[in-house]
Amino acid sequence: MNFLWAFVVGGALCAAGQLLLDLTALTPARILTGYVVAGVALSAAGLYQPLVDLAGAGATVPLLGFGHLLAQGAVDAVERRGLLGALTGGLSAASAGVTACLACGLLAALLADSRDQN
Amino acid sequence: MSGRGVLCFSRPPRVAAAGCVGGRKEAEGPLAEGFDALVEDTRCGQPSWELAESALARRALDIALEKARLAPENLDAALGGDLQNQCTALAYAMRGVNAPFVGLYNACATMAQGLGLAAALVSGGFLHRAAALASSHFCAAERQFRTPLGYGGKRTPTAQWTVTGAGAVVLAPGGPGLPADGAPVHIAGAAFGRVVDAGVTDITNMGAAMAPAAWDTIARYLAATGRTPAGLDAIFTGDLGLVGSRLLVRLAQLDGAALENHRDCGLLIYDRTRQAVGAGGSGAGCSACALCAHILPGLAAGRWRRVLLVSTGALMSQLTAQQGQSIPAVAHLVELAAGTSGQEGGSQ
Amino acid sequence: MGRDCAWAFAVGGGICRLGEALRTGYLAAGHTLTDAAALTSVTLVALSAAATALGWYQKLAARAGAGTLVPITGFANAVVSPAIEFKAEGLVTGAAARMFTIAGPVLVYGAVASALWGAVWYLLRPWVAA
Repeated sequence: MNFLWAFVVGGALCAAGQLLLDLTALTPARILTGYVVAGVALSAAGLYQPLVDLAGAGATVPLLGFGHLLAQGAVDAVERRGLLGALTGGLSAASAGVTACLACGLLAALLADSRDQN
Repeated sequence: MSGRGVLCFSRPPRVAAAGCVGGRKEAEGPLAEGFDALVEDTRCGQPSWELAESALARRALDIALEKARLAPENLDAALGGDLQNQCTALAYAMRGVNAPFVGLYNACATMAQGLGLAAALVSGGFLHRAAALASSHFCAAERQFRTPLGYGGKRTPTAQWTVTGAGAVVLAPGGPGLPADGAPVHIAGAAFGRVVDAGVTDITNMGAAMAPAAWDTIARYLAATGRTPAGLDAIFTGDLGLVGSRLLVRLAQLDGAALENHRDCGLLIYDRTRQAVGAGGSGAGCSACALCAHILPGLAAGRWRRVLLVSTGALMSQLTAQQGQSIPAVAHLVELAAGTSGQEGGSQ
Repeated sequence: MGRDCAWAFAVGGGICRLGEALRTGYLAAGHTLTDAAALTSVTLVALSAAATALGWYQKLAARAGAGTLVPITGFANAVVSPAIEFKAEGLVTGAAARMFTIAGPVLVYGAVASALWGAVWYLLRPWVAA
């Protein structure tokens, strides 16, 4: 059942992104940025955690979930260390994924070459 | 001289030879048979995509010179350009070529620009043998102007596909008794375009930005020479693509002209129903390759007798586009005629 | 457009479904909820990087559109693809610097938004927590 919800919710969030691509002049970079900020806002409004409880990775894997992670990190850190936590919490919570991206990028740059799309 | 920037040659220069090279996507396209060479490895064994484009341009020039039975030292000048920053593709291609080089930049309008200038210089007797050439490379253009090749951003349907290819044309003074394959082809006239800005800001829709410039140049040429679209066998635009081509025909209609024999090089070089190329081909190499692989052979074979090539260029940069500026465009035109003199019905 | 959305839904949903399978696996292996989520992200990032390096991700994305853009695998692709593309300009000024051309704004706006929310939470907390 969890797998079905993950598929449906994750798929729906992606289909919504596709509508933004097709119906607006937004570029992919703007949509990614918008999704993360929207994730922070939805999380702040308390609307995103219920979706995570329902769909698991269906809600955390799309970039809205990245925004939720940042917002949750900030809140948790504020609880632990006060106002300073607002600055440390977000990126700390997201550090595993971000550092993995950077490490994979460097490794791929060393190993792989640019390819023609044809 | 019958109009500002409109040139009618009393001594039309002759196309001595042409050479063109394409990549893998061009090999799958409808014009494949017209190419002199098609490379399977679009990297051309080079360390970068930029140098791969240089290799394509150099090969196209070498083929044209070989067909014209000329050595580089017989060339009085080569005029050409490409899409890379500071025109580096041709600058690097011309290293070690023993011929004066005149670098040009008018984006995708460079081929007709170079051909018009070379024709004027040869017709005027300033140069004896001159080459015009242009190139573009999909990969070099993507990484410089858009996104990395491995990036998964989906292309907008109005966006066009940069042609991987280069074309070179060698011109010689017109006159009888010179060797040529089939019927000789002459450059009967040329027109240099005005910069036209139609207010389009969408850089994924350059066809629409360039169509008004194309019609501006065509209309001025027709007015200055007294020709009519019906009196021409074909009008080839450079890379308006599907969107821009429709717009061009509409603009002509608004001025009371019917462009029934209009073709677009960007739509000829790929088959949009089979190849995922958005609204068609584009790039400085697009009209260069279509000219050498399709238009010149068609004229030599007697398929057409008199055609226009109107290369269209979008003249923005990434910076001006990011600053929200609209896209200035320009179109340059050459008239090509088959026959012994290229003059009949011709120059006033 | 309907076809675009169907592709985005199917591929995006599939990536999330894979993520859920990974998360379930990591939870079963005894990891905490937070660690399982982080390990899931790291695994998806690594898979995306491999697919990008092989040129597969771009080919899938040409069909899937937002289906490959919106999941974290799309973020990884936005970091890894410029790293590969611009290594020709050097590992420092090319690969490393260009990793952030697409991903940078996501991090900037995400981090700033979370900091703002953290500050707002700091002010609201005395009332909400009660």
